[in-house]
Amino acid sequence: MDISLEKVEYRYQAGTPFERLAISDVSINIPSGTYLALIGHTGSGKSTVLQHLNALLQPTEGMVKIGEYEIKAHQKNKNLKPVRKRVGIVFQFPEHQLFEETVEKDIMFGPMNFGVSESEARERARIALNQVGLGKEILEKSPFDLSGGQMRRVAIAGVLAMDPDVIVLDEPTAGLDPRGRKEIMDMFYSLHKQRQLSTILVTHSMEDAARYADQIVIMQQGRVAKQGTPEEIFSSPEELMQMGLDVPEVVRFQLSLEKKIGRKLGKICLSIDELAAVVADMVSGGVRP
Amino acid sequence: MKQPIVSLKEVSFQYDEQDRMALKSVSFDIYEGEWLAIVGHNGSGKSTMAKLLNGLQFPQQGEIVVSGTKLNEETIWEIRRKIGMVFQNPDNQFVGTTVQDDVAFGLENMGIPREEMVERVKDALKKVKMEAFLDQEPHHLSGGQKQRVAIAGVLALRPAIIILDEATSMLDPRGREEVLETVRALQDEKLLTVISITHDLEEAAKADRMIVMNKGEVYRQGIPAEIFSMEEELIQLGLDIPFSVKMGQALRLQGVNLPNRYLSEEELVTEIWTSHSKR
Repeated sequence: MDISLEKVEYRYQAGTPFERLAISDVSINIPSGTYLALIGHTGSGKSTVLQHLNALLQPTEGMVKIGEYEIKAHQKNKNLKPVRKRVGIVFQFPEHQLFEETVEKDIMFGPMNFGVSESEARERARIALNQVGLGKEILEKSPFDLSGGQMRRVAIAGVLAMDPDVIVLDEPTAGLDPRGRKEIMDMFYSLHKQRQLSTILVTHSMEDAARYADQIVIMQQGRVAKQGTPEEIFSSPEELMQMGLDVPEVVRFQLSLEKKIGRKLGKICLSIDELAAVVADMVSGGVRP
Repeated sequence: MKQPIVSLKEVSFQYDEQDRMALKSVSFDIYEGEWLAIVGHNGSGKSTMAKLLNGLQFPQQGEIVVSGTKLNEETIWEIRRKIGMVFQNPDNQFVGTTVQDDVAFGLENMGIPREEMVERVKDALKKVKMEAFLDQEPHHLSGGQKQRVAIAGVLALRPAIIILDEATSMLDPRGREEVLETVRALQDEKLLTVISITHDLEEAAKADRMIVMNKGEVYRQGIPAEIFSMEEELIQLGLDIPFSVKMGQALRLQGVNLPNRYLSEEELVTEIWTSHSKR
């Protein structure tokens, strides 16, 4: 399912003395099957953009297209339920939203809320649990008896069980240890491929953006500051650093090496192996042993 | 030789509802004025250790000695004055309606006279570079700023030890850097002994010494360079390897000659530059 934002503006509490412009002139195109990373500082407007992706917010100017639905400013939008069913959002610390007595009931809640039958929801809970790497022996457990990492997976399974076409992830690895982070990110990547999802990742991590995304959008002060493929975005690292953003470690390392030797190495490398090969070439003077 | 300010001797702890020990016979010393990083995967026992150090839980076996005083229910209040804690979530530890009220909270509890309190609040906020925010409300602050205020709240009480329990893990990269810079500055002035509990190895790399926890036990202790030379072993422990180690491995694989020890990023750049210019 394609999603696009066309010149979207959003003002919180419009028409009141507390009016505040959160985003303006935001145009982003997300064709079906894209893995897009949305990056920016706290307060850059990325959470506001996120809430437009399943019509939790209606733009105050411009238009959001979600599949065949058009959500425009200044008009009543009815029947948004089908949209929300197709775009699943995994909010930050999703485990805080668990509430049911058992894991199974918690995962079934979302699909049943959207009108799926009980038996179908039960089946989906099993599948979703398997997809997040948990065994069905925990179905009858209370979600509150699980470890933090397991709770997060259960919450994610609840979103997957709604069988969305698009999945939006808001800092999905916050607070996890390095192994947990990698497991969750790899899991989303394989779900993205297997289920042919569109995935939108809101993150601070340039490492994850460089590793997983096809497209990167950088938000700054409520506007899109830059968008492109990881290669395009990171080809001018100085610009990103001026914006107060990080660059991937490997890019940062290449920059400090270039500074030391007093010349550029050519293209910017996005993986350690790529950079190692370039450096090996340089050290051996192009003659490899 | 430096004096230990905290000693753990054969400390064991088990939570009521769990069948596994959270800490198993853990012994180590923490020296005055050092920055010690305790690292380990989730569930390795590192947060339990923080709770024991501050007397939120008591060990079932073994003992903890802080500045010569054994920690128990009688000495807990005395010891808590020596140890300040900063927790993970910046929003859960802001109690005041303004920055200065928040920092003053602990002092009020201790019954410090008003004049001295005003002085200490200002002084503490200055140390974390938040003196310009005295009357700001918490929701106007970023996560990093809130954590700095939390640190000021601890500093105002003039403890000997500060424990950072994953205090940077919910912050964005900028906020994290702010907090670490603050800690580093305090450390340079040798004001405090810092114990940082973290799974961020780049953060741990800045510490004087590291302790690696695994399944409730001390797996290894040493200076960061020794710990990072464990390489793959760290990954098996659910941790990560610092970037410079990964880069070094990839370069060796490509046939670049590098010394066989842990190199920081700067050292690695210098090594490459040297072999490049020798040619």
